[in-house]
Amino acid sequence: MTATAERVEETRTRPASGPGSRKDGWIRRAPLLPALIFTIIVTQLPFLITIWYSLQSWNLVRPGSQRFVGLENYGTVFTDSQFRGVALNSVLLTLGSVAIAMILGLAIALLLNRAFVGRGIVRTLIITPFLITPVAGALLWKTVLFDPTYGLVNFVLGPFGAGQTDWVSTFPRTAVIIALVWQWTPFMMLLILAGLGSQPPEVLEAARMDGATGFAVFREVTLPHLRRFIELGVVLGAIYLVNTFDTIYMMTQGGPGTASANLPFYIYQRAFLGFDIGESAAMGVVTVVATIIIATLALRLIFRSFSAAEEA
Amino acid sequence: MTAVADKTTSAPPTSPARPGKGRGTGALLTVLAWIVGIGFFFPVLWMVMTAFKTEAQAYTVPPTVFFAPTLDNFAEVFSGGVGPYLLNSVFATVVSTLLVLVLGTPAAFALSLRPVKKTQDVLFFFISTKMLPVVAAIVPIYVVVNYMGALDNIWTLIVLYTAMNLPIAVWMMRSFFLEVPKELLEAASMDGASLWRSLREVVLPIISPGMAATALICMIFAWNEFFFAVNLTASRAATVPVYLVGFITSEGLYFASLCAAATVAALPVVIAGWIAQNKLVQGLSFGAVK
Repeated sequence: MTATAERVEETRTRPASGPGSRKDGWIRRAPLLPALIFTIIVTQLPFLITIWYSLQSWNLVRPGSQRFVGLENYGTVFTDSQFRGVALNSVLLTLGSVAIAMILGLAIALLLNRAFVGRGIVRTLIITPFLITPVAGALLWKTVLFDPTYGLVNFVLGPFGAGQTDWVSTFPRTAVIIALVWQWTPFMMLLILAGLGSQPPEVLEAARMDGATGFAVFREVTLPHLRRFIELGVVLGAIYLVNTFDTIYMMTQGGPGTASANLPFYIYQRAFLGFDIGESAAMGVVTVVATIIIATLALRLIFRSFSAAEEA
Repeated sequence: MTAVADKTTSAPPTSPARPGKGRGTGALLTVLAWIVGIGFFFPVLWMVMTAFKTEAQAYTVPPTVFFAPTLDNFAEVFSGGVGPYLLNSVFATVVSTLLVLVLGTPAAFALSLRPVKKTQDVLFFFISTKMLPVVAAIVPIYVVVNYMGALDNIWTLIVLYTAMNLPIAVWMMRSFFLEVPKELLEAASMDGASLWRSLREVVLPIISPGMAATALICMIFAWNEFFFAVNLTASRAATVPVYLVGFITSEGLYFASLCAAATVAALPVVIAGWIAQNKLVQGLSFGAVK
């Protein structure tokens, strides 16, 4: 009904009233506009201003230093070897955390996808890290768990020779990834578990009737079915993890040096500790462009998943 | 034994355990599931336990497991002034979530039951705002907010949290709206119900669990948000995560009170999430799961 109405609307002149008229169009649009306008103002304007700032030389420490310099800041950003290191860190931290969390989440979801005593309790226990305020989680890992002398991790690993390892300063990136994986595995598990739950049992049964072994069923039937859930988890996880700030701020402050800084933390440092508005804006723009390129590819995936879901 | 172990590694179960299959495997998988569950939860349990210890008990090797719990650390956290931070967090979380629902519900309606043209484009736009790194907007936001004299103002956070959660909410609620059977709506309009009335009496009851899930997720994200809070607030409008920053400087000294503070910060969301975990699952998968 709607499909035909819309097609008519496109090809013929609009009726004065009723479905397809200009008035009807606005009535349909009206509920959308407040949210749309609000989102455009709050999220898009700042980016436009960022672009403008990125073309200025402007350091808050030197009052009156604001002047137009064109693309000079971008030159500085691209020749900044620290920026390149930090960009690489961003990629490593994001990909590492997403990949490990997804693999663990998948394994745990499979483990939980069967009836057993206390299944609900186990699921509740596992989702808890996702609910914990990330700042509290980071603080917990940095101090109580990773403390070289009194930390629980070294106590548990003591018999294996970990002894007095200062995880946060010796392996800052690994420490951050561990905290992030702990926090995001539950999210991945929940998604996959939902995916497993939506799997029609008849298909599995049929596959087994045909004599497929457990692993073959998993590879040929379950994994393809889970694909869009895995894609969704990877995309959503990546969106949030690439923006990770709290965990790094609380655990390592990006250090030592910039060894564990990612782009959000580095830009924050340049803007709020270095007061370099122009340069940090340019870094922001570079980050946005890079993210748009990656996100466009990712969105293609997610959109294909969603349209497939709606057709089904 | 080895055969059983092999089976667990090479053949993950894909559905409720098959009847007639070795009971040993099932029991082993159950034990494994419990171990994993406790393993993930343990840091949290340890945090809560440490919060009830004295500072001396928090610093023992080997760690103290049995002790007489004390409330001193919590008393200290509350007398140390966590109150205003909690109030700010509650206010920002509740108000921004309400705003998200007020703005997002009609938008989701316009993108589902009576779809506007270019629905896909609008949806794409909404979700694309989540793809953009927040950090690239923080400089102008800071400058503009500073210019408006709205630094350290809780309403600044509320506006930003609303914008942060709105795209997710629109996506989620749209998928819940789509679950409303078209026949129900048509029947209502046949009976002469106005659009508004059929929305209120037919649609709302069906989507209200979905709205609750959406609200819950918005609340979790708003409560846990740190980046805007730490950069745009100072003393008057600071939220609970910002309160915790004070502990990184004094970390070496006060494990127990630090754990008490972290517990206070985390507990509201953890409990809400536990209660509503089924909705959470539904919401997180954007209702893509039916």
